[in-house]
Amino acid sequence: MPTTVKKSSILKLERVKKYYPIKGGLLKRVQGHVKAVEDVSLEMFEGESLGVVGESGCGKSTLGRAVLGLESVTEGKVIFRGQELQHLSDRNRLPFKKQMQMIFQDPYASLNPRQRIGDALEEVFIMHTKLSSKDRREKVIDLLNEVGLKEEHYDRYPHEFSGGQRQRIGIARSIALNPSVIICDEAVSALDVSVQAQVLKLLKTLQSKYGLTYLFISHDLGVVRYFCNRVMVMYLGNTAELASAKQLYENPLHPYTKALLSSIPRPSIERNRKRIRLEGEIPNPANPPSGCTFHTRCPIATEICKQKKPVWRDMGDQHYVACHHVEKGSEVL
Amino acid sequence: MTTDLLSVKNLVTAFRTADGDVSAVRGVSFSIKKGETLCVVGESGCGKSITSLSVMGLLPSNGFIKEGSIDFKGLNLTQISSEELRKIRGKDISMIFQEPMTALNPVLTIGYQLREPLILHHKLNKSNAHKQGIELLKQVGIPYPEKRMKQYPHELSGGMRQRVMIAISLACHPQLLIADEPTTALDVTIQAQILDLIQDLKDKLGMGVMMITHDMGVVAEVADRVMVMYAGEKVEEGSVESIFENPQHPYTKGLLNSVPNLDEPDFELEAIPGSLPNINEEINGCRFHPRCPYAMEKCVVQVPDDFELHGDHRVKCWLQEVDEGADNRQKIVHT
Repeated sequence: MPTTVKKSSILKLERVKKYYPIKGGLLKRVQGHVKAVEDVSLEMFEGESLGVVGESGCGKSTLGRAVLGLESVTEGKVIFRGQELQHLSDRNRLPFKKQMQMIFQDPYASLNPRQRIGDALEEVFIMHTKLSSKDRREKVIDLLNEVGLKEEHYDRYPHEFSGGQRQRIGIARSIALNPSVIICDEAVSALDVSVQAQVLKLLKTLQSKYGLTYLFISHDLGVVRYFCNRVMVMYLGNTAELASAKQLYENPLHPYTKALLSSIPRPSIERNRKRIRLEGEIPNPANPPSGCTFHTRCPIATEICKQKKPVWRDMGDQHYVACHHVEKGSEVL
Repeated sequence: MTTDLLSVKNLVTAFRTADGDVSAVRGVSFSIKKGETLCVVGESGCGKSITSLSVMGLLPSNGFIKEGSIDFKGLNLTQISSEELRKIRGKDISMIFQEPMTALNPVLTIGYQLREPLILHHKLNKSNAHKQGIELLKQVGIPYPEKRMKQYPHELSGGMRQRVMIAISLACHPQLLIADEPTTALDVTIQAQILDLIQDLKDKLGMGVMMITHDMGVVAEVADRVMVMYAGEKVEEGSVESIFENPQHPYTKGLLNSVPNLDEPDFELEAIPGSLPNINEEINGCRFHPRCPYAMEKCVVQVPDDFELHGDHRVKCWLQEVDEGADNRQKIVHT
């Protein structure tokens, strides 16, 4: 893992919120909101991989989509290299779209089954550049080689590829325009482990070659540990903890992070680990609990957790946590 | 030594397709004892689910057992009629599926689906079955069981649905539980709850468990013995300690090395090159040789023999022959 060199900020989120209205009744009035992302602030530095982890429904995917502008933000700012993006029209956003790309979870669903791979990849260049068709073809073949595919794959259809190869196509598409930020939304979750390792290695190679910055959204803490420099833990739309990967895995402060880490089955036969088992399940984000949203499942919750939302505390060394009982947590858990 | 609860010998399961018969499982043998958990590991398409469906007699209509025997408590399941099999299925052998939403019937209440096996197999009347259903829901840790009995599957969360599935499968106190990726669709904190639950119930009821998974972490957590499958074949089998501490087959090693290790941050991933073969692809010799970093000439031409290391650690790989310790390794002669 590279030592943390202070690098320039590339992407900044300031108090981003994303609410989805729930409409109902005869007049389709707004009856409430699903609070998918609640007040997330974040700064990303050039060349780093920031992992966003959490269970399903914690808002990690929505956050990724909000960064790209695939979802409009309800409140807050998305700042890319000093430029606020959240109010830009689609047209004005176009140059920034070149800079930020996304790799999706299911590569098959994001490819048109009736379009040849070459054509699908060329579309990127038609949209964003003025290259001739010959140049485009050359570019696409370069890209295919870059991600470990061959020229002969140019004329094939998506169904002729395996899952790992399809994900490579997804990666080729995302790096086509030399972006600086790539958002990987569960990019390796659908792959078999042996193939998953290949794709992770490819992503790492591309990162060191092109200086890419990754926002790596995943539920797999093992993969995040391997892949990311810094990790943010989300719970029910809120950020619970943010720290360097080393800090977070070796010295987690938030009870939720601790429980998550101890829930992962480890591929080693030592079975006497101390475990924290969480009771219950993630509450409904349309009606989140008061105070600290985690208090309904937290083993050390007290009265204050039900009433007051914990503040984002700086614990030093770039380690941030939102919990009322950090000190107590390290004693008890 | 307890006797085997289930013993599968040389199972070949094939599918009738337009291109002729395609074998998905190619001569797999294993056994499960009472109170033992056997984990079947492998990547998608390796035949692990088809193996379990063969045991349950739930193969799709174009699938059939071509060869081999499935022996459950002295009864050969491949020989009996589907009528007799139905009496065993859900009573003595039951199964938990990966996706509880597709396994539960969306238009029937939880209560109805929970009562069904009790009424069918234990001949209970409705009110007794209802009472027992509530007990079962309590046993799997579902709050407000009375209320849940009246609800439909869509009203429950994923973890709750999986608990209901487990409750249904345990309704008749089966001796063998087959769990096909029971936690793959669940979040980690819920996965931990469900794995604990299966483990607790296994200890309490003394069932044999056959757990199918692709997650080496889950294997390490629950297994007593492990069977590794690749492209329809069993490549390695042994106790969980032996498999994790002394894996022999290059594929098993590859699987272990391609999972990021949480406790060792500097651990470098070693990907297995290439991808899984199609089930209809004919590969000469060892089926893993196109992806194997140690493949020798012999691997290309000849199907490897089974070798026994010690205890019951078996591996199907020619490397055992060239290995230094090979002298004391026994070749297993197939009967």
